[in-house]
Amino acid sequence: MDKVRFATIWLGGCSGCHMSFLDMDEWLFELADKIDLVYSPFADVKEYPDHVDVCLVEGSVANEDNLALLRQARKKTKTLISFGDCAVTANVPGMRNPIRNSADAVLKACYVDMGDTNAQMPEALGVLPRLRDRVQPVHELVSVDYFMPGCPPSADRIRNFIDPLLRGEEPPTEGREAIKFG
Amino acid sequence: MELSELLEIGQQERTRQKPIRVHCCTSTGCQAANSLGVKKKLETAVNRNGLSDRVEVVGVGCMGCCGRGPLVQIDPENLVYEEVTPEQAPSIISGLKDSSVVEAQPGDPEHPFFTKQFKIVRETSGKIDPERIEDYIAAGGYQGLHRAIGEFTPSEIVNEVSKSGLRGRGGAGFPTGLKWATVAKAPGDRKFVICNADEGDPGAFMDRSVLESDPHRVLEGMAIAAYAVGASEGFIYVRAEYPLAIERLQKAIKQAKKYGILGTHIFESQFDFKINIRIGAGAFVCGEETALMHSIEGKRGNPTPRPPYPAQSGLWGYSTLINNVETFCNIPAIVTNGGDWYASIGTEDSKGTKVFALTGKIRNNGLIEVPMGITLREIVEEMGGGVPGGEVKAVQTGGPSGGCIPASLLDTPVSYDSLAQVGSIMGSGGMVVMDNQTSMLEVAKFYMEFCRSESCGKCIPCRSGTVQMYHLLNKISDGEATEADLEKLEQLCEMVKHTSLCGLGQTAPNPVISTLRYFRHEYSELLQPETINV
Amino acid sequence: MPVTTLTIDGTPVAVETGSTILEAAQEAGVRIPTLCHLDGVSDVGACRLCLVEITGTRKLLPACVTEVAEEMEVHTNTEKLQEYRRMVVEMLFSEGNHVCAVCVSNGHCELQNMAVELGMDHSRFSYRFPQRDVDISHPQFGIDHNRCIFCTRCVRVCDELEGAHVWDVAHRCAGLKIVAGLDQPWGDVDACTSCGKCVDACPTGAIFRKGSTVAEMTRDRGKLEFLQQAREKGEWTR
Repeated sequence: MDKVRFATIWLGGCSGCHMSFLDMDEWLFELADKIDLVYSPFADVKEYPDHVDVCLVEGSVANEDNLALLRQARKKTKTLISFGDCAVTANVPGMRNPIRNSADAVLKACYVDMGDTNAQMPEALGVLPRLRDRVQPVHELVSVDYFMPGCPPSADRIRNFIDPLLRGEEPPTEGREAIKFG
Repeated sequence: MELSELLEIGQQERTRQKPIRVHCCTSTGCQAANSLGVKKKLETAVNRNGLSDRVEVVGVGCMGCCGRGPLVQIDPENLVYEEVTPEQAPSIISGLKDSSVVEAQPGDPEHPFFTKQFKIVRETSGKIDPERIEDYIAAGGYQGLHRAIGEFTPSEIVNEVSKSGLRGRGGAGFPTGLKWATVAKAPGDRKFVICNADEGDPGAFMDRSVLESDPHRVLEGMAIAAYAVGASEGFIYVRAEYPLAIERLQKAIKQAKKYGILGTHIFESQFDFKINIRIGAGAFVCGEETALMHSIEGKRGNPTPRPPYPAQSGLWGYSTLINNVETFCNIPAIVTNGGDWYASIGTEDSKGTKVFALTGKIRNNGLIEVPMGITLREIVEEMGGGVPGGEVKAVQTGGPSGGCIPASLLDTPVSYDSLAQVGSIMGSGGMVVMDNQTSMLEVAKFYMEFCRSESCGKCIPCRSGTVQMYHLLNKISDGEATEADLEKLEQLCEMVKHTSLCGLGQTAPNPVISTLRYFRHEYSELLQPETINV
Repeated sequence: MPVTTLTIDGTPVAVETGSTILEAAQEAGVRIPTLCHLDGVSDVGACRLCLVEITGTRKLLPACVTEVAEEMEVHTNTEKLQEYRRMVVEMLFSEGNHVCAVCVSNGHCELQNMAVELGMDHSRFSYRFPQRDVDISHPQFGIDHNRCIFCTRCVRVCDELEGAHVWDVAHRCAGLKIVAGLDQPWGDVDACTSCGKCVDACPTGAIFRKGSTVAEMTRDRGKLEFLQQAREKGEWTR
C-alpha cells in the first residue's frame, strides 16, 4: 500500500499543536511507517507539494502569508483538517480582533510603545508579511473537512483522530475527549 | 348624562357650525408641509372677505392622500385642493365668495382613491376637529358607548363583538371577541384594558393618523371594551415619536372626563373607567404585548414567554385586555350598527375593513380604509394610481414581520388567510409598493437591519440570529457568498423563526423567506462558484 | 397532591400538577439541556436550549416555563431540536469572545460542556469579535463581559436570593450588557454585599473570583439551591 502523503502547516499560532503532535512519542515511529511527511515545519521542504492526502492546519489566518499558504494547501490537499483552537476559532491570536485597525494597533503597541531600543514599526516589504486586520479561523476562508479543536489537542486526541483517518475510517467527532475546546 | 343630553350637545355643536366649513389638515404629515401656515392664511382671508358669518376654517385630521398635502377640503361642496401653499390659500376663500379663479390645484374626489374606500375607523377622520369633543359628538360620537352601557349587558357586548368577526388589527389577527370573552370570564375584580399604540413598522402610520385625527373614537372603543370585560382602568401605550398624537389624546381624555364620559359613574351609571397614557421610549419590541406591559409596569421592556397570556395574567398579574388602536376604533360602529352589520362587510375569514398606509413607489401615497376582500391590484393600480413611470414589482405588507408579494399575485384579495397563503401577512397595515428598480435583496437587508437593531437581546436566536442573517445578506450583496452561504441563510431563517421567544424574532426572517420564495434569482445571480473556497 | 401524567420521549411519567416539563423530565431521568435555568431562582425561557416538541402543537415550547398537561406527549431530543440547539450554542460562541484556552473556567464551564454535549466541533457562524470590557473594580471579584452569554442568572440570584439587585440588563441587540448599579464600575456599587452568589451562579468565566487563573475557577452551584430551599423549608444545614 502506498504511504499517505501527509503534511502539516503552521499559520498564526504558537506551535503548541505541533509540540503536542511530537508528544505522541513512540507512536510517531508507527506513524512514520504509514505516512510520507511531504511538507511540515518538521521537514525542510520549501514548497507545498502537489497531491497531498492529509494536511493538519495549525493556527489562524493572521497575515497574508498565512492566507497564501492556506490557499495552496487547500488546492493541493484532499483532506484538510483544522488542527487546534486557533485554526478552529481564531483563539488567542483572534483576541486582537475587537480592536479597530487591529494590525497597526498591535504592531504599534508591541514595537513602538513597548520598544526598549530603536522603537519602530516593523516594515520590510517582501520579507515580513502584512498582518491582516481580522484574524480568522481557517474555515471562514477555505472549506475544511474535519475539525480537531483543543489548545492544544492532546497527543492522545491527535492519535485517536489520525489513526482511523489513515485507515480510511471516520475520525471521532463526538465526546469530551475529541472535541472539547481549550 | 342622558342620551338626550348627549344628542343636545351634538345639536348645539351643529348649530354653532357655519354652513361652509373649510377643512384644513393639521396632522403630522400635512403640518410638515406647512399646513398650519395655510390654515392661518385661510382664516385671515375669511375675515378679510367678510365671510366669517357663514364660513369657518376648521383644523381637521387626516384626509388620506397624505402625499399631496397640505390638503384643504370645502364642506359641503366636497371640493378638494392639493399641495396648497399659504400664497394660494386666499384664492380658495375668495373663490367661495365670487367664484373667482382658485389658484390651488384641485383634487378629484371621484378618484378611486376616495370612491373605493369604506370608512368605519376613519369615518370622521379629516371631517372633524380632533381637539373638540363636541365635534365628535355632533358626528354621532359616544352614542355607541352610551348604548353599550344603557342597553346592553357586558356579555351582550362581547357577543356582538364575537358576532362581528372582528380580528385584531395589530398584526396577528386574533379573534377580538374570543379575546374579550377570555378576559371577561377571567376571575378577579381588577382588570385592565390596554390600547397598543406603539406603532413601529417602517412605512406604517395608520394608528398615528387615527390618534391625531379622531382620538375620541379610540377612547370610546376602549371604554366599551372596559365595560364589556369588567375593567375600570386603562392605559394607552403610545410611542414618544408621536408627540401630536399624545397631545391630542391628553386633550381628549380631559374633555371626556369633563363631560362625565370617562372617570367615575360614566353616563351616570355604575361603570367607572379611567385612562392613563404611557409613553414608550423608542423600543420597537415594546409593541409586543408582554414587553409592552412590562414597560408600563416600569420594568425593562422585554417579552416573556406566553402562556400565561395577558388575559390570564397581564399587567401586574391582573387579567388584561390588550388591543391595537384600529381594533378599538371599530368597536363603536359595531355596537351602534350591530355585529351582523359588521360581519356583512369583507370576506369569510376577514370581516370589516382595514386601514393601510400606502407608500413607496406609487402615485397616490397616503392612508386608505378598504373593505376586506378588495384585491391588491385594486389598491395599488386603481386607488394608488400605479407606479409613476414604471411597473409594480412587488408589494410589501406587514412591515418587518411581513413579506413581499410579487406583481404576478396582485389579484390576491386582502384577507388574513389569502395574504398568509402567498407568504406575507396582513400585519398592522403597512403597504409599501416597489418598482422594477428595487432590489429585493436590499429590501430584505433593510428589514433585517431593522430587526437586528430592535431585538431586545433576551433570547439568543433573535439577538444573534438576526446578526448572522444580516451578515450573510451583506456577504451575498457584496458578491462574496457561495451557494453554501445561501443554504446557511435559509437554515437560519427556519431556526430563528421556530426558536425565538417572541413575535419579533419569530417573524424577523419573513422578509428574507418571501423574497427568496419569489425573487430567488436576485440572490443566486450574486453568488460565487463554490470553488473559490477550494 | 394532584398528579398529572404525561409521556416524555415515550416514557410515562406522573408528576405533581403544575410542574414544568423540565421538572417532569428530571423526575423521569431525561436530560434536557439548559443554560439560563438555575435551580433555586425563577425561569426566563431565554436560552431556548430546553425547547421541546409536543405532539399536536406546532410551536416548540421551552421546558423550563411550560407546565405539564394531562396526556401531553413530549419529545425532548428530536433531530430538529438537536440541530437548533447546536445552532444556539454556535451562536453563543460566535457572538462573544470565548477563548477557552485562557479562561478561568476552562474545564468547568457550562457553555464549554454544552458545546461538547451538542457535538459542536466548530461554529458555522462568523465570529463577531465584539469590543467588550473587563471590570475588576470590585475588591474580590471581576466581570469579563467578553465571556458573558446574557443568561441573567447573576441578575436573578442577586435580586431573588440576595435581595440586592446589583445586576441588571442594559441596552439591546448586539450591544446588550450586564451592568452593575446604574452602569457603574462594580466596585462603586454600594448595594453589592460581596456575597459572591453571582460568582457561583455564572455558567461561564464571565464573573470570577480575583486571583484565579486559567482553568482554576470552580463554583458552588449547590449553595444557591440550598439557600433557596433553606428559606422555603427552614433547613439550614447541608
